[in-house]
Amino acid sequence: MITSTDISKTYGNTQVLNIEDLKIPKGQSFGLVGNNGAGKTTFFNMLLDLIRPTTGEITNHDIAVSKSEDWKTFTGSFIDESFLIGYLTPEEYFYFIGDLRGMNTVDVDTFLQPFDEIFNGEILGKKKFLRDLSKGNQKKAGIIAALMGNPQVIILDEPFANLDPTTQIRLKKMLKSLTEDNDVTVLISSHDLSHITEVCERIVVLEKGNVVKDINTSKETLTELESYFSA
Amino acid sequence: MIRHFLRLEWKQYFRSAYWQKGIALKIVMGFFALYFLLVFLAIGVGGYFILKKAFPESDPLQIVNSYLVFAIVADLVFRYMMQKMPIMDIKPLLTLPIQKSKLVHYVLGKSAFSFFNVIGLLFYIPFSVVLISKGYDTNGILAWLFSMILIIQSTNFLNFLINKNNKVFWALVVVLLGGFALKYFNLFDVGAMSQTLFDGIVTDPIMVIIPLAILLVLYRVNYRQLKSQAYLDAAVSVKVKEANTADLSWANKFGDMAPFIKNEIRLIWRNKRTKTVFLMSFIFLFYGLIFFTNPMYEEKMPTFLIFASLFITGGFVINYGQFIPAWESSYYRMLMTQNLRYRKYLESKWYLMSVITAILFFLSTPYLYFGVDKFLMIAAGAIFNIGFNTLFLLYAGSFNRKKIDLNASGFGNTQGTGATQFLIIIPIIGLPMLLFWGFSSLFNFNAGIIVIAIVGILGIAFKNYFMGLIEKKYIKDKYVTIHAFNQTT
Repeated sequence: MITSTDISKTYGNTQVLNIEDLKIPKGQSFGLVGNNGAGKTTFFNMLLDLIRPTTGEITNHDIAVSKSEDWKTFTGSFIDESFLIGYLTPEEYFYFIGDLRGMNTVDVDTFLQPFDEIFNGEILGKKKFLRDLSKGNQKKAGIIAALMGNPQVIILDEPFANLDPTTQIRLKKMLKSLTEDNDVTVLISSHDLSHITEVCERIVVLEKGNVVKDINTSKETLTELESYFSA
Repeated sequence: MIRHFLRLEWKQYFRSAYWQKGIALKIVMGFFALYFLLVFLAIGVGGYFILKKAFPESDPLQIVNSYLVFAIVADLVFRYMMQKMPIMDIKPLLTLPIQKSKLVHYVLGKSAFSFFNVIGLLFYIPFSVVLISKGYDTNGILAWLFSMILIIQSTNFLNFLINKNNKVFWALVVVLLGGFALKYFNLFDVGAMSQTLFDGIVTDPIMVIIPLAILLVLYRVNYRQLKSQAYLDAAVSVKVKEANTADLSWANKFGDMAPFIKNEIRLIWRNKRTKTVFLMSFIFLFYGLIFFTNPMYEEKMPTFLIFASLFITGGFVINYGQFIPAWESSYYRMLMTQNLRYRKYLESKWYLMSVITAILFFLSTPYLYFGVDKFLMIAAGAIFNIGFNTLFLLYAGSFNRKKIDLNASGFGNTQGTGATQFLIIIPIIGLPMLLFWGFSSLFNFNAGIIVIAIVGILGIAFKNYFMGLIEKKYIKDKYVTIHAFNQTT
């Protein structure tokens, strides 16, 4: 359960985010949509305690993220490529993250095995540093690393951008299966309305930092969103 | 956890772009590094003897002590301008299950080993060794050396607290200059105060606890401040400079070439490395002083004066021109999809190089002080730079196959350096030296410089013809170049 109460963020005179009350129950697949500058990444950054809210508080499984760091043990996330360590090879990066999440090299190797298809022979064993991979491959590495160590909460900012169609489809399946048992909470943002309606049970639309829609996904959701954004 | 941090450090260092270059270049860089290391060590070892010789009456340690306060303030000023906290390194670690306190200790600990902290030790350590071998009190000198290390570390952390605060910076500059002024006008001898302070440590080694206490306090303050600032919108943020959009409409009079010239100016001014090259070309103006002030060159090796003369006005042409068009490698493909005339694109670069060379030549007029003959050499060099080197470097540029990442840092960056860069030195520097040497030994000095100028004038006269050839070469090599620029590393 993720609860955010009265959070807002103000830079100078401009308020970039203002969410009164938002509860994301455990096991929900939660989608965030909105145009550029709507506050999606800001919200995720706050959830990860990367940015402090001007007012209010976010709790992740009853832990106030800005007070304690215990949420880090069960939260996996990937925001963008600057979160990769460019001078490491993907393997080293995975081992590094695995180590921090209590996995030894064998565990990491076992964990990575099912992703062979996604990696498509372009990531592992290529003797390339992460900084030298293509954007798409960097993204793949970052997303997979975020899934390591059985996190209870997974936060992905625009996971579909830059990915090839095959991986987009696989990622959608993966995210859906993760929330199937109502065990893992998945939070994603996207500019792709059809992807996000397919994956998420609930979609929140942000506009200029405010929640303007909070929808439980149904068949009509995609049309509703499309008409909202074309207005 | 420390194990992890150390491993990351190790990899970061050896995998930095700095090491990703050919073996030949590594050897050359290695020699330079060794050279500077030896110079510093030599000052450290020789310092005692030099001071002893210059001031036989005084104690070298006391002389050093009397200047230490100035050295510390100057160090702070230098650090203010150059040193940055390696805070960005913890960004990828922020979301991982690591205590924030550890991350902060990591960043602070890492900064303790920065280049700025090591360089001074290259002097203090050998100097102390010499002092001990000369029979100074071992405990006293060790306490003194230890204090130096603590003070260097304190400066390190003090600098982070100042954190680019302009007011503090100017205050420091005033303190430094004021101290010198007070000493100079015999109003108050800051040096004597400094000497008393540091002599005290030598006679009373226990006083080392004072700098130790200062360091601990500064570390503590840094720690607390940084811990509260370890957020993406606070300390861990890339400072995005406001894009300064200077009005370049004056360039419109270049007609068809205006868009390229404007773009080129922005390229130079908005990227670190190009900006360094540009500013360095003004430093090269002073290059001649090394040669013209030393009579040995004039008497025995006048050819080397031509070498110097070429560099006085040629700093920009040579350092910027040799990487055309690699500067634009990241978006070269985009350029090639645009409706642009190759000729205009190349010609804009020619104009830019020529104009800047002319400006540098204008600025070099004070060299008249060294005699009209020296100035004529510089003039011949300038004509050669404009007439021959610009065209030649444009042509040579079509062989550039190494891309340049404009975002990378400017100083000591050798990205884009390939075999071309070594080969071009022969004609652009070697040819005029050879011409001068040949004609001045066959005929006289004047013939030597006239022939250099003639080559340049021919280049200017037949510029359009040569430009045509260069254009054809670029068009022919277009796809190879695009492919090469598209490769990683």
